[in-house]
Amino acid sequence: MKFSRRTKLSAALVAAVSLALVATGCSSGGGSTSGSNGSGSTITYWASNQSGGPTSDDVKILTPILAHFTKTTGIKVNLEVISWNDLQNNINNAVSSGSGPDVLNIGNTWAPYLAATKAFVPFEGKAATAIGGTSRFVPSALATGGLAGQAPTSVPYIGLTYGLFYNKAMFSAAGLTPPTSWEDMVSDAKKLTTGGVEGMGLVAGSYTENVHFAFILGEQNGGAWYDSSGKPTFTTDANVQGVLRYLNLMQDDKVVSTADAEHTDGSQAPADFAKGKIAMFVSQNNANTTLTADGMDSSKYGVVPIPTTAGGKNIASGIQGINLSIFKNSKEQAADLQFIKFMTSSYAQSAIGLPFGTIPVAKGIKPQFSTDKDFQATFQKIYNTQAAPYPLVASEGAFEQNVGTAVNGLFATIATGGKVTASDVKAALQTAQDKTEATQ
Amino acid sequence: MRETVGFKVFRVVIIVVLTLFVIFPLYVMLTSSVKPLVDVQSVFTWWPTTFTIQPFIDIWNTVPLATYFTNSLIVSTIASLCSVIIAIFAAYGVSRFKFRGRSVFTTAVLSTQMFPGILFLLPLYIIFVNIHTATGIPLVGTLGGLIITYLTFTLPFAIWMLTGYFDNIPRDLDEAAKVDGATALRSLWSVILPVARPGIVAVIVYSFITAWGELLFAQAFVGQFQDLRTLAVGLTEYSSQTTVFWNQIMAASLVVSVPVVVGFLLLQRNFVAGLSAGAVK
Amino acid sequence: MAITTAPPTTSPRTSQRSDGPGEHQRHQTKRWLPYALIAPAVVFELLIHFTPMVTGVWISFLKLTSASIANWSSAPFAGIGNYQIAVSATNAQGAALLNSFAITCGFTLIVVALSWGLGMAAAVALQRTFRGRAIFRTIFLIPYAVPMYAGIIAWKFMFQQQNGVINQLLVSLHLVDPAHLPFWLIGSNAFGSVIIVSIWRTWPFAFLMLMAGLQTINEDLYEASALDGAKPFRQWRAITLPELGGVNRVLVLVLFLWTFNDYNDPAILFGAGQPPAGDLISFHIYNNSFSTLNFGFGAAMSTLLLIFLLIVSVAYLLFVNRRSTRA
Repeated sequence: MKFSRRTKLSAALVAAVSLALVATGCSSGGGSTSGSNGSGSTITYWASNQSGGPTSDDVKILTPILAHFTKTTGIKVNLEVISWNDLQNNINNAVSSGSGPDVLNIGNTWAPYLAATKAFVPFEGKAATAIGGTSRFVPSALATGGLAGQAPTSVPYIGLTYGLFYNKAMFSAAGLTPPTSWEDMVSDAKKLTTGGVEGMGLVAGSYTENVHFAFILGEQNGGAWYDSSGKPTFTTDANVQGVLRYLNLMQDDKVVSTADAEHTDGSQAPADFAKGKIAMFVSQNNANTTLTADGMDSSKYGVVPIPTTAGGKNIASGIQGINLSIFKNSKEQAADLQFIKFMTSSYAQSAIGLPFGTIPVAKGIKPQFSTDKDFQATFQKIYNTQAAPYPLVASEGAFEQNVGTAVNGLFATIATGGKVTASDVKAALQTAQDKTEATQ
Repeated sequence: MRETVGFKVFRVVIIVVLTLFVIFPLYVMLTSSVKPLVDVQSVFTWWPTTFTIQPFIDIWNTVPLATYFTNSLIVSTIASLCSVIIAIFAAYGVSRFKFRGRSVFTTAVLSTQMFPGILFLLPLYIIFVNIHTATGIPLVGTLGGLIITYLTFTLPFAIWMLTGYFDNIPRDLDEAAKVDGATALRSLWSVILPVARPGIVAVIVYSFITAWGELLFAQAFVGQFQDLRTLAVGLTEYSSQTTVFWNQIMAASLVVSVPVVVGFLLLQRNFVAGLSAGAVK
Repeated sequence: MAITTAPPTTSPRTSQRSDGPGEHQRHQTKRWLPYALIAPAVVFELLIHFTPMVTGVWISFLKLTSASIANWSSAPFAGIGNYQIAVSATNAQGAALLNSFAITCGFTLIVVALSWGLGMAAAVALQRTFRGRAIFRTIFLIPYAVPMYAGIIAWKFMFQQQNGVINQLLVSLHLVDPAHLPFWLIGSNAFGSVIIVSIWRTWPFAFLMLMAGLQTINEDLYEASALDGAKPFRQWRAITLPELGGVNRVLVLVLFLWTFNDYNDPAILFGAGQPPAGDLISFHIYNNSFSTLNFGFGAAMSTLLLIFLLIVSVAYLLFVNRRSTRA
């Protein structure tokens, strides 16, 4: 008996020890604290990577701003900067599991599908009042905040738009003025495409960039990607021709190097531009931070709106940007609201203006996203008058994924020597539309 | 042993081809890590135009490499040690006892190798969140969740290897110990474990390497926490957000590889001995 | 998977073993002991592998989309709706899954075959002592120890069209025209790239296992057959291959499962917006469910994948077990 009991004991011990080993293996304690309103509480904030450099640069930029907030309100902010690769998946994980941050940044095009999850606090009633009212935001920016016809579940934080960057020296050497129509842009680009230099650069391997241009060029052609009832209309002639026009920069016009089909992130085109390997590139206004990092002074380049075709609609960009949301499961919603009010205040907006290259999204805030006056005026004008809103439908995420990937594939076909016709584009968009519809 | 000319030719060809294949990326990694930025952004050169160790200095600032390193070390060490301890008991049970459900257990454990990670990634995360909220066991927002995930990932192979190993330790040894009145566990401790040391080393090495390289689950569990990211998450993140700083990316890749490779090569004799005396029999 | 614990039939050391575990049944008092020994492993396997897997299968019958994801209990039951979409070849999602499945089958076949082949060739080449053997053995094992992501990142750097070393090498060997450099990360070549990367990091594992297996083969067997005048290739077929039967059975299966479920290679090499030629199934499912919050559909695709792997594994085990008992 003694024999057996001892064995039993040691076996139980063994099991217990191995479990304990695991339990103690956990290094640090986590979890959010709960407390009374405002002062003394701690909130977790997920910030997107806006600095144009690694996430550690964002930490450096945001830390003093957040310190100011803590000093004035007594609310501590636990900052996590998350790269674009992981941000969407992490948000999706947070939504599905119910465990996430208190306040977070979202790409504003995600706002509709995230609103559909009902996992975020709508800014209406008291919540709207607590952040100083929603009417203080630029209306077009606020309109990106959620689903059509419902209270927004996110408010604008950073405003961005696309523009056409051009190399001043190359243009004047060739006796050219910045293009004002799509046709001008193409003919300028052709003239500038000489040995070793390409007329234009694109991030043709990035599905997010590609879907933005499919959208913008379709809009220029008078197209729409969804009808008024929220059904996808990807394959209208306007959209097909818009995508084809975009693809033709590489295919027929040959002003974009086929090598660009491999570019998957926004850092390559500015790098090429700074080195004088491309004369123009299209990017969001915050590319200026990257160009500075690449050693190109703002006096060396100019910007104009992405031009439209003769007779086309005067659209040069989508309403790009970053929004702020409050996670519904947050236990510190009073503090969250204060934080959002602060991050959209003139203090915080001025502080992030230059380092993040952000166009103000609240009324009455002085734009300061560049030290170059012309640069700033051009982008401000595009943002105010030439930017179209993305579809405010729950399947927006699938739209981006499927249309973007389709355009990636078409660029790859062109780059590897294939020919893409309007009917190929239409077929690819039809597949994208079917995929988007199939799982709704 | 007589070796034919044909065999010698075969051997030379195989060795040359495979050596080139294996070394090629490693050579590129090494030489690119000591190149200035202009070099890695233009056409590849087999040798740096100027030699610089700046990338090795820069990476510690541009990426919190030290933090990632510590996290990977904690996770991989604890996961592999726990895994081997649990596997020793399980393998001992399977190898030395006949019990109802034995083959169900071994089959079930090995069948987990079939499970697609994407199928249970999200459910597992949600289970962790619920356990965390219900019991307070810190599985989310800590390295804990990752540790128990990795230890479980490596268990099946570990149990299988050690069972094979234990099966090949003559039973007479531990039977003799039991006759002497020692308990089964003591015979495991004092008779089997000393003999099984190579097998145990093999399992630890395998588990450590697996944990050190895992990406999918690490991204989901700790990707959102700056201080908890492992090297796998941190480095792939860095490499995909700015693909122009290839010299730094290569330097970082080298830095994270060297300790594992050196450790592995030091233990390789043990590892192979462990495998051949156990798993592969 | 009984083969893995069955006593080896061909090992020369079999004689050292006693009759097997049966005799221990006499220790009646300790009947609970084996259960206690496996208990920790059972707990972890249930928690980390089985419960989530069952949950995943259950999700596949739900219409779990952005509308219900924050509150699962509100997700409507979808029956086999998600499966119908996934298996319908006329549906765009179904067709894409089928394409991805075909790509993955081809990928797996080539990677497993070549990894095993290279592993075997290297193991045989290094079977006998010669000067420098230890060095080459060490070199061959390096890719196994290099963290997977570091290796893949290096290959990505090498496969760049403009500045990559692969194209540079091909140009200097006059195999490609410098004016029309091929792409390796987009287009149809992506299939070849992902295979090369996968083989690079997989074959050393095959080498490792086979090398360990070779060390267990009794030298006398070779001596005897050499006396009969057998050439190396015949020795390999007559002795090496049968003697390695046990390790091969498990090795091939494990390589197959790991390769088929591979997520890392395409994810790191191509990133999101992957080329169709490199659209391996795990990554395909990830892209078509995680980023669009369509977990019900994703789970259905994953469950189909699991069923496929299950069928192949069982068929494989039945096949090899029957062959080995006949042999």
